[in-house]
Parts: sequence; structure tokens; C-alpha cells
Amino acid sequence: METLANLALGFSVALSPYTLMLAVIGCFIGTIIGALPGLGPSNGVAILIPISFALGLDATAALVLMTAVYYGAMYGGRISSILLNIPGDEPALMTTLDGYPMAKRGEAGNALVLSGAASFVGAFLATIGLILLAPVLARVAFLFGPAEYFALYLLAFCTLGGMASNNQAKSAIAACIGLGIAMIGVDSTSGLPRLTGGNLHLYDGVDFLVAIVGLFAIAELFFFIESHGKGSSIGVVLDKVKIPWTYIRQTIPTMLRASGVGFVAGVLPGAGASLGSFLAYMTEKSIAGEKGGFGTGVPKGVAAPEAGNNAAAGGALVPMLTLGVPGSGTTAVLLALLMTLNITPGPTLFRDNPDVVWGLIASLLIANVVLLIMNVPMVKIFVKILSVPAWILLPGVTMVSTTGIFALTGSYFDLLMLIGFGVLGYFLRKLDVPTVPVILGILLGGNMEDALRRAMTLSDGDPSYLFSSPIAIGLWIAAIAGFVAPMFLRGILKKPQAVSD
Amino acid sequence: MTKTLLKALMTSAVVAVSASGVTTGAASAAECIAPANPGGGWDFTCRQIGKILFDIGAVDKPVQVTNMPGAGGGLAYNTVVAERGDDADLIVAASSATTTRLAQNAYAGMTADQVRFVGAIGADPGVIAVAADSDIKDLGQMVEMIKADPGSVAFAGGSAVGGFDHLKPLMILKEAGFTDITAVKYIGVDGGADAITQTVGGFTQAMTGDMSEVVSFLSNGDIRVIAVLTDERVPGFEDIPTAKEQGFDVVAVNWRGLYVPKGISDERFEEWAGKLQQVADSDAWAQAMKDNGLAPFTRVGGDFQSYVDGLVSDINAMSKELGVLQ
Repeated sequence: METLANLALGFSVALSPYTLMLAVIGCFIGTIIGALPGLGPSNGVAILIPISFALGLDATAALVLMTAVYYGAMYGGRISSILLNIPGDEPALMTTLDGYPMAKRGEAGNALVLSGAASFVGAFLATIGLILLAPVLARVAFLFGPAEYFALYLLAFCTLGGMASNNQAKSAIAACIGLGIAMIGVDSTSGLPRLTGGNLHLYDGVDFLVAIVGLFAIAELFFFIESHGKGSSIGVVLDKVKIPWTYIRQTIPTMLRASGVGFVAGVLPGAGASLGSFLAYMTEKSIAGEKGGFGTGVPKGVAAPEAGNNAAAGGALVPMLTLGVPGSGTTAVLLALLMTLNITPGPTLFRDNPDVVWGLIASLLIANVVLLIMNVPMVKIFVKILSVPAWILLPGVTMVSTTGIFALTGSYFDLLMLIGFGVLGYFLRKLDVPTVPVILGILLGGNMEDALRRAMTLSDGDPSYLFSSPIAIGLWIAAIAGFVAPMFLRGILKKPQAVSD
Repeated sequence: MTKTLLKALMTSAVVAVSASGVTTGAASAAECIAPANPGGGWDFTCRQIGKILFDIGAVDKPVQVTNMPGAGGGLAYNTVVAERGDDADLIVAASSATTTRLAQNAYAGMTADQVRFVGAIGADPGVIAVAADSDIKDLGQMVEMIKADPGSVAFAGGSAVGGFDHLKPLMILKEAGFTDITAVKYIGVDGGADAITQTVGGFTQAMTGDMSEVVSFLSNGDIRVIAVLTDERVPGFEDIPTAKEQGFDVVAVNWRGLYVPKGISDERFEEWAGKLQQVADSDAWAQAMKDNGLAPFTRVGGDFQSYVDGLVSDINAMSKELGVLQ
């Protein structure tokens, strides 16, 4: 009852024609930002913070706008994943695996609508979870120390083996390249720069967005040039956009499970949306087994990561609001916004600023509904983009994403690195080495290493510390099972399907 | 003509898209570089000081805030030194972290004398905190525990090894005559809140950080602050004892201030110092400090420059002694 009263308070704060208008605008801008490779939710929100100051928005209005952009970007990320095989942002990475094959088969519209619905389910359930469980879940963060985090990231890497390639060794090589790239930058355990060559631009390491845009968009451009505009894999078959009810019905259990997995991954500080969508996808893949055909363009493979990453986006708000520890890059920026509004998230936020918290939750619900309504008709617009010839579309996407990358630090160095990644992506594809594990290596490698080094500092280098809690042991068992199981299953079942690319 | 216009449009489009919200604008508008992403202490410094400067009429046009993250402030430092060395309209946010990194040669060879530190107007007091249910009651007890077994107390803090948060407990231990500082465990995590999470969760025994980072956890009853590293007890937190009164003469505050390029005239330097003093004296700044857990700490102009010089040589000497710097 109290929750409902609080929610009513939230809606009374967030629901006015003016804030609704902001929500609609925010959702639209967010979707576009998410869809453009190189512009992710975190820099989308970061761009808009100064604008919201310039507009003189009050705290509630600014929050509504930002959360709308945040959720919008999480929705939008899938669009370029599905249509172009270029993830719009890092959590949308997994959506390329099945979304793009679906689009190539002529089901672009279906894939987009289905992923929109999955995004809605994930985000909606996560928001409900946030309402009901935030105070309880906040305590979960206290259970995760360095050993537990290390085991969690290990789990992600161990399940990597069976994905994205029919050649496990190539997946492993790709993951190692990613891990190697993740080592670049100032080592937070010793404070010393590694592999930077004394270049200040490399001190903060390599940004994921630079890697994603380089490996996917720029590499695609190189292929396009090489084939004189004929060999590009872009050019999916258009279909009529209607709501694929059968797919949605089929994937409801998937969406529910993926939302749960994603939400939990989001709640853990630092893990974030990428891990959420990854774990959701891998869970569904293992449930479906080899017959599930994951990687060939199955609806479940689209629904799972989208429900997962949107649920993780909601989950990431839990530690951000209750502990002041951001669960992902974007929540870090939202945290920044709250702090510039003189609101300090932390254990006392729910007690001291109920109007802000419940206003935020109400605006999340509003944004989510607006996005669902907006996204179904907008699918037609996005599918139309495909009728633009690749020789205009591809350079256009490249130009926009390059601008987005430049915006990260305002330095040309990132652009050089972008081209470097493009070259790397080109050669990896020539060698049939999958690029998704490279990105995952970069995304998770640094965190995993930090967790291990912290664990070793605390235990004086005693490895048994890594198995010192029930949570850690459970994660280790899951990780080993995830790594070993595919080796035995392969004998029984057929070879995993390759990503058609 | 059209070409120039188009160029201008393109430039402004690029500039507008930029996350940093860079705008070159008219020549007389001052620019404040926050060497980090929006939201951190440096961003706060630029936005608050910039806003107050304009509100009280110290500048004619709103101060443009540019976020230039990278290398813990090194990228911005490098840009100011190498490319904007005589820009009279440029101010850059700085804090103890800036001087710590300069003292430890973490800015790839750049030194503190390549810019001019114009003033600090507020400081975040250093704190040592433990979980509410911890056996550690005061600083003296903690120091004795570490003397008996250096591995018995692990610290978590928001800075990397060798950073300011790491140095705080080491300064206390050094004051207490404990020299085997490399045996003291410290993990650097992602910010003060994360350090508290690890400490409340029992993975580390103590948290080292700033007052602003612990305020909300303190009022929630999750942690106890066993020492604040200031000369006097902090207004609003009178029940927290200083390290000094517990017998450890250590003062470590994270000051918030600004530096300007080296090449500007002395008049301009004094002018900025005066403007900063105006901000420090304003009611708006008093409120901003209160809202953000900052304690008053005003030093401007030449006074501040000599304070920074002293700080850099102290930290440099200590870092060598501690072994974090060769």
C-alpha cells in the first residue's frame, strides 16, 4: 500500500503535460542516439546534461528527460544491430548475433518489433523490481567482494567458448586479443601506466565505443571499398511491417527469464547492461540447446539479449540510487546528473528525497510506455532507411559515428585508434575470427583483472581466497560447467552453427 | 562565402554534438576545463564556480564548461601547457589529486611549475571510516593493530595505489612511527561509495576517502568515521574527532580550486585570484559547500601558489619515502 502511495506521489511529480512532452522528446532523441553507432546511452546522457542546464529545467524535468533518453538509447541500440550488423552501443552487441541473420532473411521488421517488445518487457519488469526490491537488493552489493566479482567475470568468459564461431580456438584467440587491449592504460592496482608508450591518450585505456565502431562499422566500410561496393553484407530484404504475434507468444518465457538474469546482473555494481545481455543470451542458448539454432536468426536469440539488457539498465539503477555506486557507465552519468542537482544518491535517498526517487521511477514507467508506443510505428521509418543504397548509408553511418567518437574526448587520437580498430576488424574477418569476443574481452577484462588483483592483495596472494564464500564457489561451479559442458555436448550434438556474416 | 558559412555550420554542428559541450563562442567568454567526465569533483568545481562567477557579475558572459577527461587530468594539463599556454580566459579545475599526480610524475613528465595555481576555495576533509559493527573504536587502536600485524587492517579507497586516498592512512602510520608501509594492504576501487560497500561487506576493514563520500552512509548508520584529517572538527560533524586530537598530527584535505595557463600576465593572474575570492565570499558558494560536504578553505593568488609548491614537494618526498615513486 505504501508503495502504491509512493508511486502516486511519483506520478503526481512526473505526470504533467510538460514533463510528458519532455519524455516523448527524450525517448525520440534517445532512440536515435542509441541507434547511431558511436553514440551510446552514456555519452547521449552526457551530451544532454549541459543542454538541460541551458534550458533551465528543474530537477524533476531534468530527470524525466534524462531517464527517457537513457531508456530510449537502450531501445535504440538494437536498431543498427539488427539492420546493419553494427551494434549501436555495447549492450546491443549480442543482438547482432541473431537479429542480423533475421534481417538478412527478410524479417527485419519482425526482428525490430519483437526486440521492441522484449525491451519493453525487460525494462518494465526491471522497473517493477526496482520499486519492490531496491532496499533489499541494495544489501546484495555488500555480499560481493573481489573474489565473488572475479568468479562472476570468469563465468562470463567461460561461457564464451561456445558462442559466435564454430571454431572454439578462434573465439579464444579473439577473447585474448580483447583481454590484451583491456590491459592498456593506468593499472589501478599499482597506479602505473601499462602499454601506453608514454602516450597520455592511452592512460585511460581504450574506450569500448571506439573498439565497437572500429571493429564493426569501419571494418564494414573497408570490405565495402574492397569489393567496389558490391560485396557488402548490407542490403537486407524488406518486408511488410506487422506485429509478429506468434514470435512474441513463443518468446514470452525467454523474455521473462532473460529479464530476471539481466536484472540481477544490472544490480551488481560494475557489471552492467553488457554483462546482463550476454548472460541472458548464453542462458537461453544453453536452455535451447544446439537444436535451438542460436546464431542463425532465431526469435529467441533476439528477445533474450534485448530483454536482458533493458532489465539490466533498470537493475543498474538499484545500486546507483541506494548506494551511490553506479552499476554501469550510463548510471554513472545519471549519478552525475543527480549530484549536479544537489541530490546525493546513497542509503538515505529513499528517505530524504522520496519525491525525486519516486518521480524518477514514475518517469521510467512513462518512458517505457512511450517507447513501446513510439517504436512500433517507427520501425517502418527505420526499415525505410534500408532502402537507402549502401554507398550512401555506410559512409553516412561512418561519418556520424566518427563524430560521436570525437565527442568522447574531443581528441583526434581516438579517430586514429578507430581506424586502427577498423584495420584489425578487417583482418580478423578475413581470417574468420569473430569480433564479438574481442569486444567482450575489452569490456570485461579490466574489471576481471582488477577483481583478481584486489583479491590477491587482500589475501596476501593466497589463491584459496577465491573460493572462500558460498557465492564464489557457486559461480566457480557454474563457470567450470559452462566451459566443460560444450566440449562433451559437442560429441553428442552437432557442431554449433557459425554466424553467417 | 557559402563555403565559409558551410564550414562554420559544420564546425558548430560537430561542436554541438560533442559530449563536452565545447563552444569557442565569443572571444571574451571565459572557459573552464573540467579534466573529467560530468559529475565528478572537477566538473562540480567548474560548474559551480562558473555559475557563481556569472551570477555575481565577476564575468560578463556565462562561463563555458568543457569536459576533457583523460589520464586523470593529464590530458587537460597537457593541452593547457602545450596548446593554450597564454589563454587569458581559461581556467581549469584542480584538486589535491592534481598536485598528487604532478608530485608523483604521473602526468608523463610534466611538472607543477608549468601552470599557475590561482586559488582554492573549499576542501573536502579526509576521513578514515570503519563498518558500524567493527571492533576498531579509534585511530590509536587501529594503528596498534597494524603495528602488531600489518596485514590485519586492509584499506579500501577510491584512488589507485599511491593516490591520495592511499597516502592518508600511510601518513598517519608514518606519524605513529610505523615504517614498514609496503606491508599495509590497500585496494583501489571505483570511488568512495564502492570503497564503503567493500568495507561494510567486510572485505576490507577500513575505508579511506573524503567527507563528502561518507555523509549519506554515516547518517544511515552503516559506518563510523573514526577520524577526520583536519585541524579542527568539521562544522556539522562535531562528534567526529580529528586525527590530531587522537595524537596523530596529520592534515589531509582534498582542496577544490583552479589553475590557469603559465603564460598569462601577472595582472590577469591577480584578476582571476580576486574573482575567485569574490566567489568564496558569496552566499551561493557557502550554500554549495554545505550541500556538498565541503569545509571552508580559501587560499588565493600567490599565497595559494606557494601552498601548492610546498604540497608538491612534500608529497614528492613522501612518495619516494613510501616507495610509490622511485
